[in-house]
Amino acid sequence: MSPEPRPIPVIRFEREGGAPRVVLSGDWTLRLLQPDLDALERQLEQATADCAWDLEAVSRLDSFGALLLWRSWGRQRPPGLVLPDRLEPVFARLAELGDSGLPLERGYRFLDGTEGVGRIFFKMLRNAVGFVALIGQLVIDFAHLLHTRGHWPVLETSANFYKVGVRAMPVTALVGFLIGVVLSYLSALQLRAFGADVFIVNILGLGIIRELGPVLVAVLVAGRSGSAMTAQIGVMRVTEEIDALAAMGISPYVRLVLPKVVALTLAMAPLTLWGSAVALFGGMVSANLQLDLSFDYFVNALPRAVPVANLVIGLGKGAVFGLLIALVACYFGLRVKPNTESLSANTTASVVTSITVVILVDAVFAIATRSIGLPR
Amino acid sequence: MSDCPIQVQGLETRFGQTWVHRGIDLVVPAGEVVALVGGSGSGKTTLLRQMVGLLRPNAGAVSLFGEPLFAGSRAEQLERRRRFGMLFQHGALFSALSVFANVAFPLREIGIADDAMLRDLVQLKLAMVELDADVALRMPAELSGGMVKRVALARALALEPELLLLDEPTAGLDPDLSSGFVRLIRALHRALGLTVVLVTHDLDTLAALATRVAVLAEGRILAFGPLDEIMNVQDPFIERFFHGERARAALARGRGMG
Repeated sequence: MSPEPRPIPVIRFEREGGAPRVVLSGDWTLRLLQPDLDALERQLEQATADCAWDLEAVSRLDSFGALLLWRSWGRQRPPGLVLPDRLEPVFARLAELGDSGLPLERGYRFLDGTEGVGRIFFKMLRNAVGFVALIGQLVIDFAHLLHTRGHWPVLETSANFYKVGVRAMPVTALVGFLIGVVLSYLSALQLRAFGADVFIVNILGLGIIRELGPVLVAVLVAGRSGSAMTAQIGVMRVTEEIDALAAMGISPYVRLVLPKVVALTLAMAPLTLWGSAVALFGGMVSANLQLDLSFDYFVNALPRAVPVANLVIGLGKGAVFGLLIALVACYFGLRVKPNTESLSANTTASVVTSITVVILVDAVFAIATRSIGLPR
Repeated sequence: MSDCPIQVQGLETRFGQTWVHRGIDLVVPAGEVVALVGGSGSGKTTLLRQMVGLLRPNAGAVSLFGEPLFAGSRAEQLERRRRFGMLFQHGALFSALSVFANVAFPLREIGIADDAMLRDLVQLKLAMVELDADVALRMPAELSGGMVKRVALARALALEPELLLLDEPTAGLDPDLSSGFVRLIRALHRALGLTVVLVTHDLDTLAALATRVAVLAEGRILAFGPLDEIMNVQDPFIERFFHGERARAALARGRGMG
């Protein structure tokens, strides 16, 4: 038992005794107007200014239909309008509206580009200042914690360690292994041409332990854990959980930021060790297949080719990267404003910034440690 | 009464092991303001969400405008959905869009692309909910709680619905704002001839707005009718809900708004 269909809107032009009349009938509602809107609008345009309008036969009129007519009348009642009382309020509301219109959004102007560059510069400056402020606040709260022997967020730190460290092991291993295989395979092709097969140990050992391992793991962790930290703190900001903490007199820096920073700093060194080890293993497998280099030889030659200082540098870099990634992630998380756009923008900024910072700091490390651990 | 806006038949809902609804029958006649009341956890909001098809009941059927909710092709279902507007408890404004874009969103979606027309329509809707035109460029995060509800109402009205569903329209508003909001809804109800279904546990709102009350308890509709009739029903829940000291005061206040 389907309900009866409503009468469709109809517009009819009548010309009796010289005075043109426009007679409307049917339901002038959005639901029935919308399917045929263009044709109706064209018909409405045909009506001339001296037309008399008759709305007596209109069965329903909603504000969309009324607005459509209102616009075609030039925002005023046309002379000779026949309007039944029941439709009066709709037009009264439209007349009240006046023709002030909504405020316009400003369009794009020529100088806006220049202004945009300036804005980016100041934003970077603000971010740098804010980042330093975050570190400062963290140090102050940490000192306070030491001083008052308050509640140490041990449980949170341990949970974060598990989340960012242990849970990241499979993906780190997979990517590390594959990179090791590829690197070893490509190097082996070149080395064999010079008959320098055995130097594969030096290349892989030095390259992975000192450089590739830490950076690779840092990039993975920035994408995996950094973004998660930003999103988590960001949503907590949106749902006012951070304000709730602050209202209880609990520093969100101690409870939220500190455990994340400590956990990631602690987790990154072992994670780097793990990633580098698996990458070396991948390289070893590939070298074994490509160059017939035995595992025994590889393992024995490694300590001779790569001084232990390199391992220290690699793991140290890993820890520093972890510290930076966590700080950057928390900084952007705390900047999230309560809307979805801000959340997505800050998560993106967090990942991009932390990867950039990792690579910049890696370059600084390369210069600072250029005379340590390298065979001459 | 084949084309009354909402018809619920034998509706049953279960969450895990808990039965929320055990056979609900409800017919909402056109042009009425029906308030769903009940204790917390009685499944008021769940019922409202089932009426608009956001949740599917375990058993039973919901009909909108005389047709089963999920009947027909995609186009027909879409058509049916556009005949009602819903106001969510917290507004559910799209936080990434400005007020203007929020209200214009459903209109753009049905293919009204003419910019001048959109601006006029949005201005009209904002005026209907008694908001100034200059809030149009603000973002939802920059609005107060009462304004958020008004903008959400403007968005719900954008498609000229015949049926309006309100989930806790006055929750979280202070008494002054909430009586203003009640007046607004009542004025719109009169002006547009809407059918309104609202979930509330605010007795002020209930007394001021509802032409009929449906009391939901123990998974059933305990009573359905005008408030005065409901007040006379002998039932422990209704006794507690409507005849407490605070309840009497609230009801008197609500009636005073009329």
